[in-house]
Amino acid sequence: MFTGLMLNTWIAATAVAIIGGVTGFFAVLRGSTFAAHAIPNGAFAGAAGANLLGFNPIAGLALFSVAGALGIAGLSRRARHDVATALTFVLMLGIGALFVSWSTEYAQEAYSLLFGEVYGVSTNEVRPIILLGAISIMLILIMFRPLMLSSAMPEVAAARGLSPDLMELAFLVVMALATSMTVPVVGALLMFSLMIGPAAAARSFTASPVLAMGLSVALALVSVWAGIVLSYHTSWPLGFFVGMFGAGFFLLGRGWAAIRTTRVIPLH
Amino acid sequence: MHDIFAAGFFSSEPVHTALLVGAVIAITSAVVGVFTVTRGQSFAGHSLADISVTGGSGAILVGLNQFWGYLAFGAGVAAFMELIGIQRKRGRDVATGVVLGAALGLSALFLYLDTESSSTTGATVTVMFGAIWEITSSTVPALIVSAVLALFTVLALARPLLLSSLSPDIAAARGVPVRLIGAAFLMVLAISVALSAVIIGAILSTALLIGPAAAALRISKGPIKAMVTAAAIGTAATWLGILLSYDSHSWPPANSGGWPVSFFVVALVVLAYLATYISGWRRPAAQEAEQHSCSPA
Repeated sequence: MFTGLMLNTWIAATAVAIIGGVTGFFAVLRGSTFAAHAIPNGAFAGAAGANLLGFNPIAGLALFSVAGALGIAGLSRRARHDVATALTFVLMLGIGALFVSWSTEYAQEAYSLLFGEVYGVSTNEVRPIILLGAISIMLILIMFRPLMLSSAMPEVAAARGLSPDLMELAFLVVMALATSMTVPVVGALLMFSLMIGPAAAARSFTASPVLAMGLSVALALVSVWAGIVLSYHTSWPLGFFVGMFGAGFFLLGRGWAAIRTTRVIPLH
Repeated sequence: MHDIFAAGFFSSEPVHTALLVGAVIAITSAVVGVFTVTRGQSFAGHSLADISVTGGSGAILVGLNQFWGYLAFGAGVAAFMELIGIQRKRGRDVATGVVLGAALGLSALFLYLDTESSSTTGATVTVMFGAIWEITSSTVPALIVSAVLALFTVLALARPLLLSSLSPDIAAARGVPVRLIGAAFLMVLAISVALSAVIIGAILSTALLIGPAAAALRISKGPIKAMVTAAAIGTAATWLGILLSYDSHSWPPANSGGWPVSFFVVALVVLAYLATYISGWRRPAAQEAEQHSCSPA
């Protein structure tokens, strides 16, 4: 369970959980849930295209997810945010459907990109995952204070000269980089569960941002680690366990918040 | 003519079915979409679509037509979302997200089990990206009846729905049951998403719901005109998509079996939306209304 390819799986999954926990915390705080869902899904098209042309899928993922983030941010200035997100997202998925239909292993490829292929992580794929992960974590640490301020108190941030549009764009790009590396492991659809479930639960347990972020990472790690063990023994997909753990932690968090105080802590 | 319509287009049975069902579904989705965009429920509409993936893959697992799976799961989750308070602006995106995450996990399992039982190798693709050419004649009446039912319901509710979308307080003061109307609308949304899932796939059905409506709301005055314009854009995109996909059988790459209908429909819908920006169609009133109704979340 800890040898050869499985070792890659553990390393990649751990990196993915750390990134998911950190970026998910900000996604929940900023109410960017829809974008958190849309960007990894749109990136799916990039991976399908890269596979078609014989490039490293990570390159395609990074390119398409950043393009998606720019598309959402660009369109949002001129139209309603949710409409802009939805349209950018379906366009990229549509292109993904086209690329996948050209591939010779049509069904198999669609499944592994959407739901992940955690046991097929090669050593060549682990390195870019860790590199992109480290870059995203560093960017988030650098932006930590302005990002917190503009998420929690947008008006104060704007008064201090932080452009809300610019912060949104910066956050979307970091989220794009972070999620693009995770698609090969947990899949485009399930990355979302890993980001939102633990982060939303963590906010119910503690009000301190640093503690909540740490807890969000810890819960994400527990989700993937326990998920890998269960998936290894049952041969059911990792994504199933990650999705269930995410929802489970969220319910626990809401229950805890309801018991501890009569006043339920608002979600965001 | 032969360059535009590839041989056999007008005599092919699957094409007839696709054109008929496609038009009915495009019209229903477009009209429901106008209310979805006005109410700011794009994420809910999209979540219902993604969640119906679970229903579709589950239906394949037990050997039912996937439409019933989309419908049952979509309606069930719509009721659940209403219960946990999707109407409240605060926190509804996170609550929707968590439900969505859990449902996607379940889809992963169902699709995995579908592919394990070797008879249905293409389950993922069928559920995700649609299978308009594979609509069996026995499901056509069910599709059309559901579409007409959804369309009729939304038109019957149009006035109170519009009022409660634009100003819930005034609606409540006038005795409109805002909560009940909202719940009924979520049900209609679930039906229309299930319908579009059949033609362009569960995760792409958002395109037919949001795209034509968003474009129409930018260029037309008043809800009636917006609905008619949206229906026209949706139908045009669907028909042109079907035609292009049929023609694409002879396009490169070789042996690809044609480009997917869903790709063309989505691309045409997004093009229509973008076209409203480059032309001078934009009416000032629409811009004001849009900015006014823009939700802070």
